[in-house]
Amino acid sequence: MQARFLALAALVAVSACKGGDGDAAATPVQETKLVVTGSSTVAPLFSEIAKRYEQKNPGMRIDVQTGGSGRGIADAQQGLAAIGMSSRALKPEETAGGLVGTPIAKDGIGIILHKDNPVKALDREKIVAIYSGTVRNWKEIGGKDAPITVVNKAEGRATLELFLVYTKLKATDIMASVVIGDNQQGIKTVAGNPDAIGYVSIGSAEYDAANGVPVKLVTIDGIEASTKTVTDGTFPLARELYLVTKGAPSGSAAALVEFARSPEVSDLVKAQFFVPSPRPVAEGGGPGAKPLETMTPTGS
Amino acid sequence: MADRILVWVLRSLAAVAGAVVVLIAVFLVAESVPVLREVGLLRFFTDASWHPASGLYNLTPMLWGTLFAMGGAVLIATPLGILSAVFSRWYAPAPVRVVYRRLVELLAGIPSVVYGFWGLVVLVPLIGKLHPPGPSLLAGIVVLAIMILPTIALMADAALANVPESYVRGAASLGLSRWGTLRGVVFPAAKSGLFTGVILETGRAIGETMAILMVAGNVVRTPDSLFAPIRTLTANIALEMAYATGSHRSALFVSGLVLMAMIVALAIGADLLAGKAKVHAHA
Repeated sequence: MQARFLALAALVAVSACKGGDGDAAATPVQETKLVVTGSSTVAPLFSEIAKRYEQKNPGMRIDVQTGGSGRGIADAQQGLAAIGMSSRALKPEETAGGLVGTPIAKDGIGIILHKDNPVKALDREKIVAIYSGTVRNWKEIGGKDAPITVVNKAEGRATLELFLVYTKLKATDIMASVVIGDNQQGIKTVAGNPDAIGYVSIGSAEYDAANGVPVKLVTIDGIEASTKTVTDGTFPLARELYLVTKGAPSGSAAALVEFARSPEVSDLVKAQFFVPSPRPVAEGGGPGAKPLETMTPTGS
Repeated sequence: MADRILVWVLRSLAAVAGAVVVLIAVFLVAESVPVLREVGLLRFFTDASWHPASGLYNLTPMLWGTLFAMGGAVLIATPLGILSAVFSRWYAPAPVRVVYRRLVELLAGIPSVVYGFWGLVVLVPLIGKLHPPGPSLLAGIVVLAIMILPTIALMADAALANVPESYVRGAASLGLSRWGTLRGVVFPAAKSGLFTGVILETGRAIGETMAILMVAGNVVRTPDSLFAPIRTLTANIALEMAYATGSHRSALFVSGLVLMAMIVALAIGADLLAGKAKVHAHA
C-alpha cells in the first residue's frame, strides 16, 4: 500500500519540483512547493513542522510522504524530493555522493518487556545472548521459567540497523520468534505476550506505558531508558534523526531545514516523544548560521 | 449500426480489462529483472535464508507458509461455509434465515485489518497461553478461515438457490428425505457453483495480507508445527517494501512474481478440475 503511495509521490515530485537539487535552486525564484519523503519515524514529526511552516509562510506547500529512510535518502539523491527524512546516519558512500544530513532530533530505542516480567535490567551481553538464541528461557537470566519470545524488526528498518550496530550482531544471527513492522505492532505484540522482548522507539513506548499499556522499558547497561537519558546522551541505544539534502540545503529547502532545527518547533519535537537536537548556536550563528555540519555516524 | 458501436465499445473495454493483467505481469517482470539477472532465479529457492540486505534470497519458506496457511484455512472454511449455507437454505425458519444471511454478509464486509487487530489482541495471546509464543501458523489459519468463510458461505448459498425447484419437487415425490434430497440431488446439481466458491475463497486466502501479517509472526522459516510462526509471500512484500532499495526491492518483486505464478497455477488447476467435472456430469 505504501509502495503505491510512493509511486504516486514520486510522480508528484517529478512534476512539482523542477530539480530540487542545490544547483538548480540557486535561481532567485523560490519553489512554492517542496516534496519531502522518507522515514516513517520522522514523517509524523515533520508533518507537524511543515504545517506550522506553511502557516508562517502563506503560499508554501510542503508535501510530506513516508516510505522509509532508504527511500528518503534515494529520493534526495535523485532529486525526487527536495528533502529526505532519515532515521539513520548517512553511510560513507552516501555522503560521498554529495548528500548532506542535518540532525533535527534524537530518538532512543528501548528494550521493552511485558509489565509482569520480573526482569528489570539487561546489559548488552544478555541482549546479544537472547537475540542470537543462546539464552532461550527467562530463568537463565533471572526471570521466571518461560521460553523467551524474541520480537525482531523486519529487514530494512532503520530501527533494526541501529539495534545491529549496538549489539554487533549480523542480521543473519538473530533468532526471532516474531518479526514485526512498525513500533505500534511491536508494542502490541509485547503487551499481548508476558514472555516477549522487543525493541521500539523509547518515546512511543514511554507514552504507551504511561497510558496503561502493559509494557515496560528496561534499564540497559545500568542506564534507565527514558527520553531524559536520551537527551543527556547517556543512553547507549540512541539515534539521531536527519533531514537529508543533496549538497548543503539552499533556497526554500534551506529555510525549511533551518526552521525544523529552530527552537520554534521544539514543542512539536517533544510532543512526538523525540528530543530536540542540540544545535550549535553557540558559535555565534543564530538563525543565519549557514554551515550545517555533515554528520558522522552516530557513535554511542 | 448502433449494434456495431456497442460491439466495439465492448471490445475495447474488454481489451482494457485484459491489458491491466498483462501490464501488471510485465511490470512485475521488469522490476524483477535486475535481481534475476544478478543472482538468477534458482537462488530464490536454494539460498540459505531470506536476508536480502546480505544478499540471501530464499523464498521457499514463505512459499510453504503461504501454502500451509491457505490450505488450512480452506480446509476449515469450506465445510463450515457449505454447511452453513445448507442450514440457512434448508433447515432454518424464515426469520432466522434472513437474520443469519445478514450476519454473514456483514462478516464479508469487515475490513481485513479489523480481523488482524482482533487476532493480535485476542487470538494470539490465547494461543500464546496454550503454546508460546502465540503468533503462529495456527493463528494465521484461524483468522484466514474466518475471513474467507463468508465468501464460501454466500457462494454456496447462491449455488443452492440456483438448483431448479423441479429437481427438489421430483425428489420429494420420490419420497426422499430432506438430507437424501440434499445429498443425492441438490449437491450434484450445485457442484459447479460450490466449486467456484472454493476457488474464490482460495484466491482470497492467498491474497490476504494485512490480517496475516499481524498474527502470523512473520519469521521466515518453514513451519514445523501449527505453533511455529510463518511469513507469507504477501506479508513479505507488505512488511519490507517500504524500506527496501536496490536488489532488496527487486527481490520483493520476485516474491510478487512467485505469488502470481501460484495464482495462475491455481486457476489452471481449477479449470482442469472443472473440465473433468463437466465431462463426468455429461457421461
